[in-house]
Amino acid sequence: MAAQPETVEQVRAVTEQKYKYGFTTDIEADVAPKGLNEDIVRFISAKKEEPEWLLEWRLKAFRVWQTMEEPQWAAVSFPPIDYQDAHYYAAPKKKAGPKSLDEVDPELLKTYEKLGIPLREQEILAGVEGSEGKSPAIAVDAVFDSVSVATTFKAKLEEMGIIFCAISEAVQKHPELVKKYLGSVVPYTDNYYATLNCAVFTDGSFVYIPKGVRCPMELSTYFRINQANTGQFERTLIIADEGAYVSYLEGCTAPQRDENQLHAAVVELVAMDDATIKYSTVQNWYPGNAEGVGGIYNFVTKRGACRGKNSKISWTQVETGSAITWKYPSCILQGDNSVGEFYSVAITNNFQQADTGTKMIHIGKNTRSTIVSKGISAGKAQQTYRGLVKILPRAEGARNHTQCDSLLIGDQCGAHTVPYIESRNRSARIEHEATTAKISEDQLFYCRQRGISEEDAVSLIVNGFCKEVLKELPMEFAVEAQKLVGISLEGSVG
Amino acid sequence: MIEIKNLHATVDGKEILKGVDLTIRPGEVHAIMGPNGAGKSTMSYVLAGRDGYEVTQGSVTYYGKDLLAMEPEERAAEGVFLAFQYPVEIPGVGNTTFLKTAINAIRKHRGEKELDAMQFLKLIREKTKALGMSDEMLKRAVNVGFSGGEKKRNETLQMAVLEPKFAILDETDSGLDIDALKIVAEGVNALRSPERSMLVITHYQRLLDYIVPDHVHVLAAGRIVKSGGKELALELEKNGYRDFGASEAA
Repeated sequence: MAAQPETVEQVRAVTEQKYKYGFTTDIEADVAPKGLNEDIVRFISAKKEEPEWLLEWRLKAFRVWQTMEEPQWAAVSFPPIDYQDAHYYAAPKKKAGPKSLDEVDPELLKTYEKLGIPLREQEILAGVEGSEGKSPAIAVDAVFDSVSVATTFKAKLEEMGIIFCAISEAVQKHPELVKKYLGSVVPYTDNYYATLNCAVFTDGSFVYIPKGVRCPMELSTYFRINQANTGQFERTLIIADEGAYVSYLEGCTAPQRDENQLHAAVVELVAMDDATIKYSTVQNWYPGNAEGVGGIYNFVTKRGACRGKNSKISWTQVETGSAITWKYPSCILQGDNSVGEFYSVAITNNFQQADTGTKMIHIGKNTRSTIVSKGISAGKAQQTYRGLVKILPRAEGARNHTQCDSLLIGDQCGAHTVPYIESRNRSARIEHEATTAKISEDQLFYCRQRGISEEDAVSLIVNGFCKEVLKELPMEFAVEAQKLVGISLEGSVG
Repeated sequence: MIEIKNLHATVDGKEILKGVDLTIRPGEVHAIMGPNGAGKSTMSYVLAGRDGYEVTQGSVTYYGKDLLAMEPEERAAEGVFLAFQYPVEIPGVGNTTFLKTAINAIRKHRGEKELDAMQFLKLIREKTKALGMSDEMLKRAVNVGFSGGEKKRNETLQMAVLEPKFAILDETDSGLDIDALKIVAEGVNALRSPERSMLVITHYQRLLDYIVPDHVHVLAAGRIVKSGGKELALELEKNGYRDFGASEAA
């Protein structure tokens, strides 16, 4: 976390470095050449000074990936991605950022302002060059502040035996844990994007909560600034040992400027006996402009394994960003009496597309799962809820309740619900409820008659619609998420 | 003062209001009565600025300003309040949140400081107490699962909190039994003041036993065809609307 001098050094190193065409295995280089092949995988692994087993794992994944095809079943469409036309390693990732906030898209700044984000953070989020801590004095102070706060927390966590660090650091310092759990929930053969991630992931977070420890704080809130520049292929691994508890927050409520079109992250969660993991995401990547140009492809694999009895994994997501979202945070309910939860709000506006949902795989006895999905579609956006509830023969007494509500704004958007239910145990009880509604003219007029502007009325009504999910978010996140809901839908009526 | 002059309005291309003239002074309570289809609700929506109600002719001057040029939310901020015939349900939005958003939007428009949570809570406690209402209603989502009486009381509460200069009560008696009607009327009466004018729109005279108007007007086929004091309402109760072309309008 003592970032400052190193960051300055890195920034200089990259700026001074000439862009290298053609292939090189030069370990000193900070940018890998474009393209994807085994040498690039080796290059990344070498840059990270990884042990042999991890390189082997990456290579195995890469070889499998070459035999795979992009999944076509999701209800999204986009032009073909040229996987050879991208850099798979760059540190730090951005070089040609704007020189100051003056050069940043004013729309983006307006949003920051509405969210009440301090100027200093705005610079970092917008990717202003050198904003990681180069000069000017004021900014450096701000960085020092957050670094010192973070360090204080870190010391406290270490005292309790909690490991919370970059996954590349964990590979060096806790190889036995990483080796044991990496790929144990999402195997390297899992799916096209996850397999690609296994081959080329650069960094991400690692969390280990030891037996019986209740993590005393929400992890990652105070890292928000520092984690703003996570990689294109992020890898997160969280393990809660017996009786442990952790609440982890991912993402950022401000839209991030990012040059990377494709984001293919993998998140793996492991909960042992009586352990609980609560994972909250607020995703607000760049959605493209109002005409549907640009924006992030967010193709993410998130899965949690409730390995132990009475364990619990709860996913809460608020997805408002990205041009295309392809994401199904899932739970494998292996331990008896384990619980899986999925609370989701997905908002698509303009030309955004989202195909999102969850999978609840009931393996153990008396396993329970709850799915609450709220989809809001506006503009010309298309949105699909896709969810699988699978009850295996041994899952005696399994229960699931699914509730899928869609809200449409305007008459050019779409909402689709695709539930898959497979039950192989007669004692299982599965419930599925779905509704589709429109924001009514009556509701809007009622609000406006009481003095509330049309935009605020939409925000109010949509927040009411999402309430069940938003209340699952940790407090400090919930307030920003509520504002974000309103901002994401601006210009959707009238 | 509110001056409505020669007001014509169409809905879906059909002319509903055909030249309404009406002047309401501060503190006055006017009742508009009329048969079904006379244009009573249209009048309330036109004054509140609802989309789809197009004014084709005439003017409405509201304390010197052109009311018809304002957006609905501006009218609200200027003190126009419509108590709905059918209050709208907004699932998941707490009554308190709704009221706080509304009052702060209005205060902002007026250049006043927004109320913080504590100030608002104090205000709303005062108002509910004055109206003899329970706090319980505040915790529920706006009008969701409310009985007819509760919905109308909730409208009254909103009126009490937003303190309008001009309140339009659209068929406030519809869907109420006599006990509920009395309670709502008491609430409305408590809000009568020398600065606040009211326009009470109703089909039946019954409501006017409890909210006693200063003036009564008969609206039939899009025009005010007769005006008088509160005794006009009783006359209508006796003779019905047939003298005013009710058959034509229905």
